Amino acid sequence: MSVWEPISAIAESVKSGEVTARSLVEKSLQLIEQHKEFNAIIAVIKDNSLKRADEIDKKIASGELVGKLAGVPFIAKDNFLVFGAETTAASNILKGFNAPYQSTAINKLEEQGAICVAKANLDAFAHGSSTENSDFFTTLNPFDKLRVPGGSSGGSSAAVALDLTPFALGTDTGGSVRLPASFCGVVGYKPTYGLVSRSGVVAMGSSLDVIGPITKSVADAAYVLDCIAGVDKLDGTTIKRQENYSDLSSVEPKKIKVGIVKEYFEDGLDLGVKESIEDSIKKLKNAGVGLIEVSIPSIKLALPVYYVLCPAEVSSNLSRYDGQRYGFSDESAKSLDESYKGSRSIGFGDEAKRRIMLGTYVLSSGYYDAYYQKAQLVRTKLINEFDEVFKKCDFLIGPTAPVTAFKIGEVSADPLQMYLMDVMTVAANLVGLPAISIPAGLNDNLPVGLQLMAPQRQDKSLLEIAKFVEEALN
Amino acid sequence: MGKITEEDVIKLANLSKISLSNDQVKKFTIELESLLEYVDQLQAVDTEGLQPTNQVTGLVNVMREDIEVENISPSELLKNAPDVSENQIRVRRVIE
Repeated sequence: MSVWEPISAIAESVKSGEVTARSLVEKSLQLIEQHKEFNAIIAVIKDNSLKRADEIDKKIASGELVGKLAGVPFIAKDNFLVFGAETTAASNILKGFNAPYQSTAINKLEEQGAICVAKANLDAFAHGSSTENSDFFTTLNPFDKLRVPGGSSGGSSAAVALDLTPFALGTDTGGSVRLPASFCGVVGYKPTYGLVSRSGVVAMGSSLDVIGPITKSVADAAYVLDCIAGVDKLDGTTIKRQENYSDLSSVEPKKIKVGIVKEYFEDGLDLGVKESIEDSIKKLKNAGVGLIEVSIPSIKLALPVYYVLCPAEVSSNLSRYDGQRYGFSDESAKSLDESYKGSRSIGFGDEAKRRIMLGTYVLSSGYYDAYYQKAQLVRTKLINEFDEVFKKCDFLIGPTAPVTAFKIGEVSADPLQMYLMDVMTVAANLVGLPAISIPAGLNDNLPVGLQLMAPQRQDKSLLEIAKFVEEALN
Repeated sequence: MGKITEEDVIKLANLSKISLSNDQVKKFTIELESLLEYVDQLQAVDTEGLQPTNQVTGLVNVMREDIEVENISPSELLKNAPDVSENQIRVRRVIE
């Protein structure tokens, strides 16, 4: 049982005057304090959030309009620019950085009356699958403190699993919303590429990055998506939204066809996870859902494609951190060049350095065709195969991750092993598809995530089927 | 593909404006080698006749009107700068 009601109900009770926004913010702040030992939070936004709560309560008392998220507290991953606390992206190089403007997503949530109460931990610059790459500390998994929460939105996912707030925002470049949602037993939604503006979010891989809600239910994810989706002048990659995402119609199981992605069940998949997912698929079959097995041969190439394109984009995006305009600056440097090098060498952790150098390598003139160009070509091949498979079925199903939450320190010594955690999630980013991870029970007392994918721009129908699946599994 | 050497890593670090200790050079050489070996499987894929994908939703040349807009004040931006002088960011001497 969650300590929070569904998000729409919380907003209703605030609007009706049954509870105050202040009491909800105070409750969140108290829960954050109470669960400090999990290291989910980098910074608490106390003064600003209480001030905003009082403003909303005042508006309600005087009969003014307050929006769909009136008084609902939430937590943002610390790569969103938010007023009232530093924005660090869990990196030393951005320590001390105060946002001069806010992310569009945060502004949109605030326009609806939501209140950001804290910033959540992540792998620095969202590079990682466990939060162990955070330059500050590792978040602990709410189900087992010896294990990771997944990453990179591990703080946000642990926060929702711990009920610190009814929802949190994360970012997903190769699985960073879905993987931690899977490890923490919550819902993680990755929208179609471009559906949510990324203005004011620390960029990682710009052809892949999306923003997504992390919640306790599919209905809550849809409700939050409805508040943040749409074209934004400040992000030229944004696409037109559908009219409504939260008014979900019920699904007629016999009318839909779900494709089971064969390749996701082959070697590399943990047996316990496999059993849980097969069991979930059986439940869907019993509920009358049409299921077929499909093959996407190039899906196995998605990870190598990702680990060429993503570092390439990272090396470009992270070149802006130079110690001159903002963030950490090496004061001992004597020349400009020394200042760049000193600031970046001290300010970046190993994973950022690794990705910057790998990206620089695959983009260098001698290797550009062999690596970067080749990866873009294989990306096209993958897109074509997805197009073909969506002629045979409406949705795809499979596990979110090859394993359940692993132990802290178990994988972190080998970068390649860590990268392999994204093997089932990266394809959706490369193709730009919407995808969702929903809880599919426990294996050895650890949560398993079930992943559903849909064609681009089919966000609403994906949320509808996800809600159906969520109900069928419970 | 060719193997990555310690000299390559030193060059990459220089291009990326990152200084590495000798131990770091050794460590990153081994790690980058293993990552490149992994992504090398792309070389064998037949991509004959395909065009590279740069953008997945089909948007082309998204333009805005060329008009002045007021959004962030320079003084707010300068608050984050490590060294400011006369409303400008000061950096170390470029030409010695």
